[in-house]
This record gives sequence, structure tokens and C-alpha cells, in this order.
Amino acid sequence: MSKNGPLALSFHALVVVFMLAPLVVVCLVAFTPENTLSLPWHGFSLRWFRAVFERADFIQSFYNSLILAVVAATLATLIAVPAALAITRYRFPGRDFLNGLFLSPIIIPHLVLGVAMLRLFALMGVNGSFVWLMFAHVVVITPYVLRLVIAASIGMDRSAEQAAESLGASRFTLFRLITLPMILPGVAGGWLLAFINSFDEVTLSIFVTSPSTQTLPVRMYVYATESIDPMMAAVSALVIALTAATMIILDRVYGLDRVLVGRH
Amino acid sequence: MSVLRDTGRGYLLSAPALALFFGLLVLPLLLTLVLSFNVFDYEVGVKGGEWTLAQYTNLLTDSYFYEIFLRTFWISALVTLLCVVIGVPEAYILSRMGTPWRSIFLILILTPLLISVVVRAFGWSLLLGADGLINQAIQALGGRPIKMLYTPFAVILALVHVMLPFMIIPVWTSLQKLDASAEQAALSLGATQAQVMRMVVLPQVMPGVLSGTLIVFGLSASSFAIPGLLGGRRLKMVATVVYDQYLSELNWPMGAAIAVALLVINLLVMLSWNRLVEGRYKKSLGE
Repeated sequence: MSKNGPLALSFHALVVVFMLAPLVVVCLVAFTPENTLSLPWHGFSLRWFRAVFERADFIQSFYNSLILAVVAATLATLIAVPAALAITRYRFPGRDFLNGLFLSPIIIPHLVLGVAMLRLFALMGVNGSFVWLMFAHVVVITPYVLRLVIAASIGMDRSAEQAAESLGASRFTLFRLITLPMILPGVAGGWLLAFINSFDEVTLSIFVTSPSTQTLPVRMYVYATESIDPMMAAVSALVIALTAATMIILDRVYGLDRVLVGRH
Repeated sequence: MSVLRDTGRGYLLSAPALALFFGLLVLPLLLTLVLSFNVFDYEVGVKGGEWTLAQYTNLLTDSYFYEIFLRTFWISALVTLLCVVIGVPEAYILSRMGTPWRSIFLILILTPLLISVVVRAFGWSLLLGADGLINQAIQALGGRPIKMLYTPFAVILALVHVMLPFMIIPVWTSLQKLDASAEQAALSLGATQAQVMRMVVLPQVMPGVLSGTLIVFGLSASSFAIPGLLGGRRLKMVATVVYDQYLSELNWPMGAAIAVALLVINLLVMLSWNRLVEGRYKKSLGE
């Protein structure tokens, strides 16, 4: 294994700085005691974090996003697991079409999905409703669960299933006691990835939320287009912290490198 | 018999997902396609039963839209190029690192992917603003502040930041398939490092690079939050114009036509690129 030269390592250092700079800066500015966006040269302060917790609209949006992400990720998992098993276990006409359809939200721009759902919801008279926002999120996050569950289901050893089946286990028992535990890392990893994607989603949500159902990223986007103050940095720092916590859990249950680069 | 049984079970298990995807993906997309052909009147809004091609002729003849599509595509192309230039060497450098550094840096570089794009855009506006940190540093060193925010520079920089992981991931994946002994064999047979790169490494990572360019270009061309927050009111891209048409002009058919055009162009670029790549790839494998 040849080592990287000094030139390569300096290039690498620049890339790492480039990737982390905006995030680090946000976290530092969040602690500023000043009224302006500046680095906390003269001591750290939590005043902007307190300011966040005094904003009822941001708190409401945070809860909206959290509930939305938990419920949408759960529903996406509930529909993606059987679909993934159907796609990996059975050969039937239309199987590739189903696979392509269920993965397509990844390549269709969220902007297009957003305006499309806005039209449907407006015609149904349900635009801005939380329940339909949730279904919209389920559509865009299902592919993430599906991919991980398919990978887990392809990789598993089927002999235990066959043994249980030959011993007369019912199909449900078989799923509950054998299949599910074996694909569980994929299911849990998929749920977490879906959770993160739903929690972060802004482009689709901005079209189909109303002021009372606004999610946190939408609220932040709208706020940032109007004014920029250190409170926005404090909210961002909290979002980074929450995402980091979720990623640590994701790393424990599934392995972050497997999620990111798909190593199995 | 078993085909029938498999078909039944397959569709039964996919039924919930299928119902949701038909109702909330296929149907709304079709409705939007229909909407883009509806007559629009600023007084009464969308006229359901009346049809027109006005939106599409507008799109093709109005220089405002033409400029925006053109700008979106040159920005996306430049972002894609920069991601190749930065991402490919970086993935190669990462793959040559020893444990544990390799996984530490891989995660450090790729995890910004999971952090809200609004947060990342905000981070760049902190750095690039008129009295942002970079300008503060320039002034402290005695220079004059530079206008960076609300310019193509800011949008391109932030887009590269957001898209780089999408380039590094596929290149990294194809590098994993690279057999280190092939490199060593070439070196031991007297090839220079440059020759090894050009004749052994690059052909191996090409499929990864090409699928990376596909993702990066597609996502950049439809990006919304970055141009929205860093491009300001004047530097519009396709996605921000669609947003304006829907939520401030309230001209939904026009917005729908732009969205349909974006989707079609994106899919065409992806499919033709894919075909081109597959053709090349097969040729190079001697099939």
C-alpha cells in the first residue's frame, strides 16, 4: 500500500477544511454574545440559544418536524419491508417496474414532487394538512428504507427460514422469529436514514405546508431569506447536534460507512 | 403454478407501497403535466377545461426563461466539473490511507450530506456575507471587502460543498473494486506513477466518475435552497423561478410547464449520458 505524498495530504487537508468550515463556523457563531454574526472572540454566551427557546413558532416547527419524521419514517418502513421482501423473494412480471417505481423519488427532483403534490392537495382541498404532508414525506423517504432492506434481505442466509418452514412454522411466525431479526440492522438503519431525510427535507415541504404545519427546515429557510441574525446560527447548531446524535446511533446499529458508501 | 403464486404474493406484499406511489407520485405528476397545458388568466386563475400551448411557447421564446435555463445549466455543468476535479483525487487519496484514518476522514467528508441543506447554506452565508468572516479577515489584513454573497460564485461554491459527497461515494465504491496488485504489477514492470494513474486507475474508476457526474448534475440543476438563500433575488435558477411562479406570481400552469421541462431535460440528460457511458464501458470491456 503506497502512502500519500505531502502534496496529496495538503490537498486532502484543504478538502476537509472546505467540507467542515461552514458547519464549524455555524456552531461557533451560535455562541456569540454580540448582536451581530461574529465569532465569539470575547467569551461564550448562551443568549442566542435562550432566544431560540423563546420563539414559540420555532419550537412548534421543531415538534412538527420531529413528529413528522418519526411517523413518516415508521410508515415508510412498514410499507418498504414487505415490498423489499416481495422484490427479493419472488420472481414475477412487473417486479423490475415496481423496484424502479419505488426507487424513483430519488431521481425525481423534490421541487417537481413538491409542485405535483401541491396540485393534488389543492384539488383535494387538503393543502397544508399535516396528515398529507406526512404521506408526501413517506413517498420521498421510502426508497432509502427499501434500498437498505433489499441489501439486508439479499445478504441473508435462507437456510434457517427453510428449516423453520419444514418444521411447520406459520408464515407470520417465520417472519417474526427468523426473517425480521436477520434483516433488523437493515430495517433499523433504513428507518434512521429515512428519519434524517424527512427531518431535513425542505424543497418539497415548502410547497405543501401552511404556517401551522411548517417544518423546521422550512421555517429556517423562510427566516433566513428575510433576516440573518445569530439566532439562526443557534437553531442551526441545534440541528447539527441532533443530526450528529442520530448519525452516532445510525453508526452503532448499521454502520455509517455502510449507509454512506454501501459497503456490505 | 409457482409463477402465479409468486406473482400473487409479490403484489400482495407490495400493495401498500404501490397504492401510495400511484396516489401520491404517478397521479400528481400526471395532474401537473395536465396543468401545464391549462389556460391561465390572471383575473380568474386556472381555467380547467381550456387548453393551450402558451406556457411552452413562452418557455421557448421568452428570453427571461431562456436565460434562466441557460444559467442553471452552466452553473450545474461547472459544479459537476469542479466535483470531478476535487472529488476523484480526494477519493483516491482516501483509498490510499491506512486504518483508522481512512474511515475517520471518509465519515468526516461524507456526513455533511446528512445535515440540512438550509444549515449548510446558512453556514456559507456566514462566511461569504458582506461583513462575513472572510471579508472580516480580508479587512483585518488591510484589504478591501469583496462582494461574494448573491453572486454565482457563492452559489457554485455552496453547490460544490453539497454535491462533493455524491461524487466521492461512487468513485470510492469503484476504487474498492480496484485490485491493488494490478497497480503494483504495472509499477514493477517499469510504469511510471503517471502511467499507472492513466492506464490502470482511471479506467477502473471511470464508471464511478460517470455515475457521480450524473447525480451531481441532476441534483444541481434542480437545487432550490442553495440558489434561494445564496443567489438572492436577482440570481435565479430554475427551481427558484418555479417557486416564484407558484407562490408569488400564482401562475401555476407556467410553474408546472417549467417543472415539466426541468424533469424532462433532467431525465433526457440522464438517459443519454447513461447510454453513452454504457456504450463506452462495454467497448472498453471488449464486448
